[in-house]
Amino acid sequence: MKLIFKMVLAAAISSLAFRSQAQNDTSSNSLDNLLQKDAPNKKEYTTATFKSTHLINGQTVESLGAGVLDFRISHRFGDVSGGFHTFFGLDDANTRIGFDYGITDWLMVGVGRTTYDKEYDGFIKVKLLRQTTDNRMPVSVSYLGSMSISDRDAPVLDSGQTYYFSNRCYYTNQIFIARKFNRWLSLQLMPTLIHYNLVQYNSDPNDVFACGIGGRVKVSNRIAFTGEYYYVANPLAGSNNALSLGVDIETGGHVFQLMFTNSRYITERTFIGQTQGTWGDGNIHFGFNISRVFTVVKPKGTEELRSKAW
Amino acid sequence: MKKLLIAACMLVLTAPAFAQKYMTRTGKVSFYSHTPIENIEAVNNEVAAAVDSKTGDVVFQVPIKSFKFEKELMQEHFNENYMESDKFPKAEFKGKLADPGAVNFAKDGVYKTSVTGKLTMHGVTKDITVPGTVTVKGGTATIDAKFNVKPPDYGIKIPAVVASKIAAQIEVTINTILKPV
Repeated sequence: MKLIFKMVLAAAISSLAFRSQAQNDTSSNSLDNLLQKDAPNKKEYTTATFKSTHLINGQTVESLGAGVLDFRISHRFGDVSGGFHTFFGLDDANTRIGFDYGITDWLMVGVGRTTYDKEYDGFIKVKLLRQTTDNRMPVSVSYLGSMSISDRDAPVLDSGQTYYFSNRCYYTNQIFIARKFNRWLSLQLMPTLIHYNLVQYNSDPNDVFACGIGGRVKVSNRIAFTGEYYYVANPLAGSNNALSLGVDIETGGHVFQLMFTNSRYITERTFIGQTQGTWGDGNIHFGFNISRVFTVVKPKGTEELRSKAW
Repeated sequence: MKKLLIAACMLVLTAPAFAQKYMTRTGKVSFYSHTPIENIEAVNNEVAAAVDSKTGDVVFQVPIKSFKFEKELMQEHFNENYMESDKFPKAEFKGKLADPGAVNFAKDGVYKTSVTGKLTMHGVTKDITVPGTVTVKGGTATIDAKFNVKPPDYGIKIPAVVASKIAAQIEVTINTILKPV
């Protein structure tokens, strides 16, 4: 009996010792397993398909976060073929000043004023679909609706004719379909419909259909090369397709976008539908966009942070 | 004799019941970078953590994309330019309490201790030792700790243009409530 007891006790002790030994070896693994087990399978969205809400002349699938204000200044200089006489176009600039704001993470609005044609514009951009990291949703899709009004002087008309306010209005609808293929390559397709209430010639269409293709190649964490081409299916007389090449440079709260383009226009209806120059004829324009963002409303989940947003 | 035998068997059978594990998936980790020009801070409420009260093993898993910033652009830069969270989605700490016996998980109280182990972040693993407290209350264990991290130690490059805005030492604060499993 004593022997049996001793054996059981020895077995008990050794099993206890062995158990704790085993636990020591695998404990941190078993904690891993514990955390692994029924870990929530959170859907993750692809972020930063593009650096900015604008690609070069046109926009991207990206929108501002809720409560973020973006102050944008865009410049397109004259034709570089002007040479030293116009200092390669720098004598002459077309400028847009604009404010964009993110109402929610999927809805953004913006207003702006452009020198050319004294044009006021406003737009809304809605994020419809977002690419996920597991590729169950392979692309991000956004819609852009913009309207602009030209404040140019009314032409002198024959008596009895009126120059309607609607003659000054332009409408653009765009769908952006973008995919971030990897850390450095993102591509985007942009089917576009522009409506002109008034066109110059009888033969000109009032509805112009176009499709753009664009993309960015990141060369470092802060620098990316961008490209953008819009093909117009039924162009207005004398208009050409716009091709733009640019570089995005990011420094803290600013994004600088420098570009060469054959369009000297900034609003959608003008640069997609009414670009006159061509690269072949040397009608190349230097330009830049500067974007500065401000956080107006703190995002959710950051209430406990110490500092203030401003 | 029989009683002793039964007692011995009981000891063997009940021993695992004391090796209690504590865990959470909603742990909180925040960080703070102070410079005269700009303060940068972010909070993460989706940290997974587990502690084995018997062995003193501690595991923290921090999903980088879950850090929330006041400025959206900062959050994007943090993920894209500094932490490269597409490549390195998680930071992980695996370590051991200095003296697991010193923390009595069965008794309410505040226990000062320290933890030593490996912190893996941005693909770089470093040995660290962090002092902290374990507060046992009503069956839950709260881990509080504060330590500094130097970004270059983990292969995170700070370009000269922003060097004045990012502190050389980033203060990391851990405040995580774990519940018994």
